[in-house]
Amino acid sequence: MAKKVKLSEITDMFKGMDVTSLEGVTIEGDIEIDLSGLGGGFDPMLAALIGQESAVLAQHFSRLAGMFGYPVGIGVPAVAPATAPAISPALAAPKLKDLIPAKFDVANIAEWTTQIQEVPIGNTSADGGTRGKRVLLGGEKALPFYFDAPMPNRNQVTIDVFDMRIGLAKAVKENYDDVMDSPGEWAKKNVEKFNADMITIHLISTDPLIKDTPAKEAAKTVEEVLQAVDVPIAIGGSGNPQKDPEVLARAAEVAEGERCLLASASLNLDYAAIAEAALKYDHDVLSWTQLDMNSQKELNRKLMKQCNVPRDRIIMDPTTAALGYGLDYAYTNMERIRLAALMGDDELTFPMSSGTTNAWGARESWMVSSPLKEDSDWGPREYRGPIWEIVTGLSLAIAGNDLFMMMHPTSVAVLKQITQTLFGMIETEQVDIAKWIGAEV
Amino acid sequence: MKINSPLEAYKFLPQTNCGECGHTTCMAFASTLIDRSGKTKDCPPLIKEKKFAKKLVELDRLLAPEIRQITIGVGERAANIGGDDVLYRHKLTFFNRTKMFFDVADNMDEAALVERVKSIADYKKFYVGHNLLLDGVAIRAASNDPAKFAAAVKKVAEVGLPMIFCSFNPEVLKAGLEVAKDKNPLLYAANKDNWKEVGELALEYNVPVVVSVFNDLDGLKTLAKTFAEAGIKDIVLDPGTYPTGKGLKDTFTNFLKIRRAGIKGDTDIAYPIMALPFTAWMAGIADPVSASYWETVMASIFTIKYGDIMILHSMEPYATMPEVHLIDTIYTDPRTPVAVDSKMYKVGEPTADSPVLFTTNFALTYYTVESDLTSNGIDCWLLAVDTDGIGVEAAAAGGQLSAEKVKASFDSAGFDLKKDVTHNTLVIPGLSARLQGDLEDALDTRVLVGPMDSGRLPGWMEKNWPPKK
Ligand code: B12
Ligand code: SF4
Repeated sequence: MAKKVKLSEITDMFKGMDVTSLEGVTIEGDIEIDLSGLGGGFDPMLAALIGQESAVLAQHFSRLAGMFGYPVGIGVPAVAPATAPAISPALAAPKLKDLIPAKFDVANIAEWTTQIQEVPIGNTSADGGTRGKRVLLGGEKALPFYFDAPMPNRNQVTIDVFDMRIGLAKAVKENYDDVMDSPGEWAKKNVEKFNADMITIHLISTDPLIKDTPAKEAAKTVEEVLQAVDVPIAIGGSGNPQKDPEVLARAAEVAEGERCLLASASLNLDYAAIAEAALKYDHDVLSWTQLDMNSQKELNRKLMKQCNVPRDRIIMDPTTAALGYGLDYAYTNMERIRLAALMGDDELTFPMSSGTTNAWGARESWMVSSPLKEDSDWGPREYRGPIWEIVTGLSLAIAGNDLFMMMHPTSVAVLKQITQTLFGMIETEQVDIAKWIGAEV
Repeated sequence: MKINSPLEAYKFLPQTNCGECGHTTCMAFASTLIDRSGKTKDCPPLIKEKKFAKKLVELDRLLAPEIRQITIGVGERAANIGGDDVLYRHKLTFFNRTKMFFDVADNMDEAALVERVKSIADYKKFYVGHNLLLDGVAIRAASNDPAKFAAAVKKVAEVGLPMIFCSFNPEVLKAGLEVAKDKNPLLYAANKDNWKEVGELALEYNVPVVVSVFNDLDGLKTLAKTFAEAGIKDIVLDPGTYPTGKGLKDTFTNFLKIRRAGIKGDTDIAYPIMALPFTAWMAGIADPVSASYWETVMASIFTIKYGDIMILHSMEPYATMPEVHLIDTIYTDPRTPVAVDSKMYKVGEPTADSPVLFTTNFALTYYTVESDLTSNGIDCWLLAVDTDGIGVEAAAAGGQLSAEKVKASFDSAGFDLKKDVTHNTLVIPGLSARLQGDLEDALDTRVLVGPMDSGRLPGWMEKNWPPKK
């Protein structure tokens, strides 16, 4: 995507939409930002600009996050006892006398013969790095959460950190304001407070149109983050295809031996340079294409054959389009990729990653109200945004996506709760659903 | 269906190429039967002539979808569910989108009940040329009192939406049926205790019925088979929907197993499946926003994996909007992009001085742009260029949007920029800026590059329209 947007244009645009959340954003000069390709059409400025504003809501969401963060508190039925149904003998049935017993049986899918490659991110001391844990992605032998074969690794969520202060709405700012000038502190907060499995550090200031931070200096930010947290990290460039290879190579160098995820190699930049840095300094590569299975095969093939990247260092980002804005394509693209892989297409047998934050690009997630008078009330957008991100992410989890790049703490908490439920990790007391008819709600 | 090539269907057709079906050959008609765009009833000779009667029966059997299709309710808003033939939407498409029924309880205050039913009936969310709607009302017999239940049914029935009668008590269900005999409601539910009585009601009143056995697929299949043998055709399966933990995982597994068995030919269990995201409200989640989020999450899972009909509770816009959109997403036919007719549209009441713009005929693009213009009261001419239903950016990248294409669309719309308007100016999408030069040459007109997002057209118009001479 070669979208160039001026900050002033963004403000204009939101003005028209009656977006009040831009209060408190100061724009210094009229900088042009390249919104291109921070991994899967990821659009951090937009996402950041649209966050929540009221303190009340922020509190509400932090309660929510707390609730879904731990596997407790759910499972106690709050139901008024329903009266037991009385069956009248007068209705005794002539046509239905005896049950005809039947056994249910269904076979596993025989064609799923190939296992998805398992890819580790992060090196612990045992692997020659300093990470406190290693994240494992992939390894599936069936569609996610299916009974045909147990899913070996749960889904993971990585939360964003930016290498510069960016415009944020009040309520998001309330979460991040104290840490925005320090990527290290920001990363810490994501891990400690918002339960991030990983951190993505976006080196957006390196963009020649933003601050043109030299690659060497940007690399220092990566070191800072690596020291601040011990979770595995993903390193994103600015999306500038000319500069990213250099920035990512430098970052890779200072992070040598940590097995980071370099985001991203794509067909429209010097992917070979990124692959080379990954191999030389012990990292993984994010292979990013735009909603096209054949391009995905082509790029993976090039990474493997031309650049000699081993299979256990490739993760794919086949692009995330938001609910209502192309999710039908994104969902089916991922599902087809995963099915083809399970059936033996070894150019596609890799774990997948999603720029889930793209959900915030959908008008339904951020517009104050419907542009159409005829629509039913859209309600407060403060609640629409996070659920839009959750539903977008959850759909792709079911299609086969393994890693989620997200930003809203509530979305992260709920997505983790549901994917871990389907994964089978969450124990709760069984709810007596037979009483639902009389339930008081 | 049991056959998958036009040739196999052709064997059962009259093979006269008479053309009455609107196709020049029987073979062409046969291919519409296979892609399910045509029905056997569209071939008059096959329907009318006695000698084809046997073939018709056999062809209908072969063409019947693997999963039984069932109708709930009557009239305009009757809901069809089931009817699928594949496990993955890209293999064909999913038919009959998941239907959303919202609950009311028979012990609700009457005014509140009526209001809630109205809001279910009136809900709409415009999206690419159609309104996303909610589908029906599930009436819970919370009172377990036949008279109370009948009274609630009566009220709900007035609105005309399809209904589900929810009670395990046959007397209650019967009382409901008595006041809504001709409304074809869905009975919820027959279970291991009441199946004889509820089955009898389904037969007597000729209505569809849910068989409900929680987390026991042998038991569920046993009930379904017993009902089918007794002559009940319209069966819906409720394997139980647990809201959390291992229970929810089991529920997910049950849905997968049932649908896979059905598509693979186990006709005893090839029926639509019901999900109850409603049970999110029984999970002890204290905060209503959290409970509502969880219900939406459950609804999403079962929209994607094989829920054909759902009972829900939260009508908050942040619950219903993502739900209706996800259903639309999963049930959009992947074989063809959703497109509008390629032609010149009048937005508002344009005159010869009004601006002329173009966009693409991808429905999402067209309606986004159109609503931005209409809602801001901009009268103009809007040309939907035929890009095979692809959006602006993807079409410009993929070659479906070029100066020649735009010119061709102007020509076929019969619109002449030099004669039909006074300004000979064309406003183009910001994302197609690179076509500016080519367009100026091809159309011999002045080309202004508009904003990238049509949402910014109002502001842009203020600054740039009318164009400076
Ligand atoms: C969905 C999608 C697809 C779908 C297309 C579905 C369809 N029916 O259109 C599919 C999967 C088929 C697809 C394929 C391709 N895609 Co694609 N796709 C997208 C995606 C995710 C969303 C596009 C979209 O639907 N936007 C929503 C609609 C409403 O936007 P729109 O049509 O542009 O309309 C807006 C504006 O243009 C403007 N506007 C519209 N009309 C008018 C009129 C006036 C007068 C004005 C002022 C404004 C205006 O306002 C509208 C509302 O904001 C984008 C990435 C992204 N997130 O943006 C990539 C993207 C558009 N695709 C891209 C590419 C490269 C392709 C492919 C060429 C190759 C590939 N990698 O697969 C193919 C080409 C296919 C073809 N042309 O045959 C690139 C384009 C890059 C570029 N700028 O050159 C993008 C940006 C992805 C990327 N980041 O690289 N794609
Ligand atoms: S109407 Fe029937 S017989 Fe006539 S052409 Fe069509 S399919 Fe053939």
